[in-house]
Amino acid sequence: MLRKLFPHPWLTLLLTLVWLALANAISLGGIVMGLILGIAIPLGTAAYWPNRPRIRAPLKMAEFILIVLWDIVKSNFIVARIVLFTPRAALRPAWVTVPLDLRQPEAITVLAGTITMTPGTVTADVSADGKALLVHCLHAPDPEGVAAEIKDRYESRLKEIFA
Amino acid sequence: MTDTFMLIMEILVSGLIVMAGIFGLVGSYGLLKLPELMTRLHAPTKATTLGVGGVLIASMIYFLVFMDQFSFHELMITLFLFLTAPISANLIAKAHMLRELQPKDVPPTGAACGWSTYDETADPSRQPGE
Repeated sequence: MLRKLFPHPWLTLLLTLVWLALANAISLGGIVMGLILGIAIPLGTAAYWPNRPRIRAPLKMAEFILIVLWDIVKSNFIVARIVLFTPRAALRPAWVTVPLDLRQPEAITVLAGTITMTPGTVTADVSADGKALLVHCLHAPDPEGVAAEIKDRYESRLKEIFA
Repeated sequence: MTDTFMLIMEILVSGLIVMAGIFGLVGSYGLLKLPELMTRLHAPTKATTLGVGGVLIASMIYFLVFMDQFSFHELMITLFLFLTAPISANLIAKAHMLRELQPKDVPPTGAACGWSTYDETADPSRQPGE
């Protein structure tokens, strides 16, 4: 019963907090409205999201977020340098297949988003069985190395976070 | 003391805004310069994150130091930006794959199924190329 009413309790909490942050004030009315949204939205979308993501190591998640933020800053400089100083003819764009060890859909989504936000790579597609990601690299003289770095830097950490 | 502090903060805010402007400009220039859609996709998803981020951080510091108020809105904008940028990039890439590319143009999955954009097994009623 409780599980039916709150299919994603953490999402309920998150939506309430986001609502309060959007209102930029903590008031009783804001909390009530936030809770209404926080309960209604997970209920309305429960059909598309049958399983709860299982998170094993919340502290590792904080580490992962810091690493990704740092990589986003780094990637801005790398992409800016390529745009400004690499002549078109020297550019080596490449497609890379990244085989996945992750199985949870939520974990794969986080990985795909991370790849798009970080140095010179964009996630283009996922294989129909969810076992590989198709990644496009802006400038990759060594495509195999890019796939290895993604697996080593991000996927291994996500594997520890999502049980 | 407070005067020096205010000056440093002013320089910091100005510096962040100028840096953000430069990154925004580079991102837009990238759209112009890079050769085809998939490479063009890289410029706006990356270079502009720091462009928008710089303005948001500058805005937070400005309101905190000069207006004595703290606003969560900048954090929310950052959050929504990080959520939406990868998804729009993904959808643009998928549309490009369907319209302009063939399955032979991209590397194989290395798994049993093809890429979900091309794979017909998921939905047998769909016609190839549709």
